[in-house]
Amino acid sequence: MVLSGAEIVIRCLQEEKVEYVFGYPGGAVLFLYDALFQQDKVRHVLVRHEQAAVHAADGFARSTEKVGVAMVTSGPGATNAVTGIATAYCDSIPMVIISGQVPVAAIGQDAFQEVDTVGITRPCVKHNFLVKDVRDIAATMKKAFHLARTGRPGPVLVDIPKDVSMQRCEYEYPKEISMRSYNPVTKGHSGQIKKAVQLLLEAKRPMIYTGGGVVLSNAAEPLTKLTRLLGYPITNTLMGLGGYPSSDRQFLGMPGMHGTFEANMAMHYSDVLLAVGARFDDRVIGNPAHFAEEPRKIIHVDIDPSSISKRVRVDTPIVGDVKEVLEEMIRQLESGEARPNPEALAAWWKQIEQWRDRKCMVYKNSDEIIKPQFVIQKLWEVTGGDAIITSDVGQHQMWAAQYYGFDKPRRWLNSGGLGTMGVGMPYAMGAKLANPDVPVACVTGEASIQMNIQELSTCKQFRLPIKICNLNNRYLGMVRQWQELFHGGRYSESYMDSLPDFARLAEAYGHVGIRVDRPADVEGALREAFTTHRNELVFLDFQIDQTENVYPMVQGGKGLTEMILSAEDL
Amino acid sequence: MRHVISLLIENESGALSRVSGLFSARGYNIESLTVAPTEDFSMSRMTIVTTGSDEIIEQITKQLNKLVEVVKVVDISEAAHIERELMLVKVRATGKDREEIKRTADIFRARIIDVTDASYVVELTGNQGKLDAFIGAIDPALILETVRSGVCGIGRGDRVLKV
Repeated sequence: MVLSGAEIVIRCLQEEKVEYVFGYPGGAVLFLYDALFQQDKVRHVLVRHEQAAVHAADGFARSTEKVGVAMVTSGPGATNAVTGIATAYCDSIPMVIISGQVPVAAIGQDAFQEVDTVGITRPCVKHNFLVKDVRDIAATMKKAFHLARTGRPGPVLVDIPKDVSMQRCEYEYPKEISMRSYNPVTKGHSGQIKKAVQLLLEAKRPMIYTGGGVVLSNAAEPLTKLTRLLGYPITNTLMGLGGYPSSDRQFLGMPGMHGTFEANMAMHYSDVLLAVGARFDDRVIGNPAHFAEEPRKIIHVDIDPSSISKRVRVDTPIVGDVKEVLEEMIRQLESGEARPNPEALAAWWKQIEQWRDRKCMVYKNSDEIIKPQFVIQKLWEVTGGDAIITSDVGQHQMWAAQYYGFDKPRRWLNSGGLGTMGVGMPYAMGAKLANPDVPVACVTGEASIQMNIQELSTCKQFRLPIKICNLNNRYLGMVRQWQELFHGGRYSESYMDSLPDFARLAEAYGHVGIRVDRPADVEGALREAFTTHRNELVFLDFQIDQTENVYPMVQGGKGLTEMILSAEDL
Repeated sequence: MRHVISLLIENESGALSRVSGLFSARGYNIESLTVAPTEDFSMSRMTIVTTGSDEIIEQITKQLNKLVEVVKVVDISEAAHIERELMLVKVRATGKDREEIKRTADIFRARIIDVTDASYVVELTGNQGKLDAFIGAIDPALILETVRSGVCGIGRGDRVLKV
């Protein structure tokens, strides 16, 4: 069958069972959009800014296990997409981004809307391609999807010059693809796994620490089984929340900069630490030198060898797919006689309960002024703890992570690695399209939401009834917090002036807007949003306490045991 | 510590910038980098001379392996290996210097491959130390131009880097 390059691209998307493409047309992708127009299997979501297209595709991928797909034009279309691509790259999200390029003969001529897209995106993609021959499109698309979803997942960009999308050739989608240079290991080394199980069973103060890798490899079930089998304490990082049910007694909360006292102390004073799909990053272990002071054996399971022994020295590395490795650990445990030492474990839990008794997550509620933590707790109640929650970046992100207990994976979508403000609403759009029957709420702040607020228009067009919970404190809250604590209270450029009336702004876009000023109205407004206005987008503008800070806190560069638990510790 | 890393990479446009971009983005040193296609034209072989602690070298090899187009990576300096570099030096060669440079070149087993009334081009291969020594042996005022290829390396004996 002879098809045009553009038709081939769309055929490939159909072959890959792509339901939605998020994108924005332009000169270099006109043939691609023409091919999209002439079929009805792949649906296109027209965003209002390319950054949001990539974030929405990313949110779609995070809330499912599918590859997110975005399409942008050359030049500014591609540069606008870069933040979205880098965000997905930092959190290892499987995505394929198709970008238009100027015709092959014009490349390098400083043509209209020309940038070196492959060059610009090179450091923030898993891989990228410039397709210069129409006959290479099908195989390249196959490779792109294969690379995006296998091994450590990540975004893959395919740059297609306009003339290549116009030229015609015989089309056949390859069934299999093999690349001699790319063969990720999935099965963990059985000898290493045996050693790890041995080490775990001999532990006196064991701790399990898991990250986004558990979510990405759909390993929540074996992780929960293994953790219960062992009876050990567990913590999930910001990216790993939902990997283990947060309502369970063995769960100690999130670790790290704004983690719980008990999770950080248990991480620090453990004698055997099992790290699964996590990367010991600076927001989790604080100062690596301080972390290394306490002797402990570390077992590290990760699909990416370069994550192992990058920031801390690991004793028992296991390279492999997290799910397969955990299942093998369970098999070995169940087939053997050995069980954890009950006395040692009881003593360790006694210690942990003492740490837990510090109740580091307690905050002082108020009848006068809305506390952000209270909003999140009410959001949890109203949604039965089972909504998909997306967030932007800053204080509200931490409060959502701390106070909305996630019991399932893929329920918490946020930009953990890159920390991109503006992801919240596009993530919610992607998640809602992927999960039409699940309530989706975007927890945001008045600063973050304005970074992609134009998407209120997309939400109207595609009837996406997401609920936006704006924790409005009229400040760049996290910046203000650091300025208060570490910069002598000089609030340089962190005050948000001239804010719009968000409720009326939402109404102007055709949505429902509700402003909430008093704590007593929080629950009612949330219930209204999730029941009366179930099928509409509701923008809830909560006027919250301007001075509230996120605690506990480990200051940048400090160790995990050097925590500020509340304002009284200052 | 100085290490010599050899790798095979798909011979595609942009492959070199993936490698060099990795080094600059992660702050690794490159002392020299050479690259050319192998006997199998679909693949290039690269030799990178770098320095760093054991942890950094471990990360460099892991990060290189992670690049999708990289087929194989070996730190050849981990065991017995051979390093060679090519240097061309253009020197001012007049009067009594002509004879002196010729003699020095002979001592270093270098070859004179271009001759004019006033200059020679001297070709010299060897390890970096030998090339440095030759430069040291010549009066700096006579050196008009030097060009060095960077290090090529290969393992001794049975050690083979091949797909």
